[in-house]
Amino acid sequence: MELAMGIMLGLLGLGAGCAMIAGIGPGIGEGNAVAKACEAIGRQPECKSDVTSTMIMGCAIAETTGLYGLIVAILLIFVAPGIFTGILKDAVSAMK
Amino acid sequence: MTEEARPDVKSARFKVVDGLLIAMMILPILACIVLKVLFTPASEGVNIAGALVYWQTEAPLMPLYISESQVNSWAVMISILGLCLYLTHGLSARAVCRRQLLAEWIVEKCQGLVNSNMGGYFKEWAPFVAAIMALSAFSSLICLLGLFSPTGDVNVTFGWALLVFFLIMFFKFRGGVGNYVAGLFKPIPVFAPMNVIGEIATPVSMAFRHYGNILSGAVISALIGSALTGLSKSLLGWLPGILGDMPLLRVGLPAVLSIYFDVFSGVMQAFIFAMLTMLNVAGAVPWEAWNARKEKRQARKVNLGKTAA
Repeated sequence: MELAMGIMLGLLGLGAGCAMIAGIGPGIGEGNAVAKACEAIGRQPECKSDVTSTMIMGCAIAETTGLYGLIVAILLIFVAPGIFTGILKDAVSAMK
Repeated sequence: MTEEARPDVKSARFKVVDGLLIAMMILPILACIVLKVLFTPASEGVNIAGALVYWQTEAPLMPLYISESQVNSWAVMISILGLCLYLTHGLSARAVCRRQLLAEWIVEKCQGLVNSNMGGYFKEWAPFVAAIMALSAFSSLICLLGLFSPTGDVNVTFGWALLVFFLIMFFKFRGGVGNYVAGLFKPIPVFAPMNVIGEIATPVSMAFRHYGNILSGAVISALIGSALTGLSKSLLGWLPGILGDMPLLRVGLPAVLSIYFDVFSGVMQAFIFAMLTMLNVAGAVPWEAWNARKEKRQARKVNLGKTAA
């Protein structure tokens, strides 16, 4: 039982770490967006406020995929252990 | 020239009403803090739990919870109502209070935003959009007072997103249900499942975006706070008496980070939620099909008139 719990918790932590690989994509995407926004401001400094507000809006939307990963990771760390421990205990008691 | 009726700002009655409105803004939040203090169990270490459950009762499908999210969001609603009444108290054609200028500025900004994003037909939607934005922003900002922000609970944001989803569906059905269902099978019928998923993804992504941003801010703040507590315990634990027990390193840094995680992120997400609401609702109207339907209906009416004659 202890061994199973240990393996389960370790794998949950590993899964949470893997889920956060999703952070790479938004990082690259937002970097691109900000770079392009800087170029645009450099070319046309008079529309700085428009470009900035659009860029922040776009960045926040691009962040969503990373946040999905984060939610999965948080669920795996804080919610899943409770559920899986219950399942494991049921299985062990059923075996006996 | 007649002297227009001006509210008497100096009168005792005006001031009493003002005081009542300010109390309406502050008291719900104070009540929430008291409730939270009374219900929070004593605990040590990292505590990243969801909303506290204040009261629970049996319901047919599953237990019905009245949790911190509901209580706090109602408190925020009452406070916003009080704020609006306070700002609009004593309006007159010529502004006599500074607050009238603020109220006018807010209304003008909201109407400008709605006009530029939704266009003519939705001109009168500014109150709805402003209400969503204010509720969302203040719900997120409430965590500055140490309360649980209702937007950090997926049920709350999903409720708002469902409301937007129903609005989108309502406007999509304006072009006829048959037209909408036929639109799902475009460009080729194989795409139908993907189109259905795309329809469902709108509210899900709106809800998760808002919830994820606020929750991640709260989680990171809690982690940093506990890390600094541990650090100060190991570094400054040698200090005599109560000084050694106090997490001195926690002073300052969490507040600076909270400017980004709580204030900026919360206000930004409120703006984005309102923006997506506007764009999705305004983009959902099938103008051509709707106009065709209107014309058909008119033609039928004319035909009926002819046959009756």
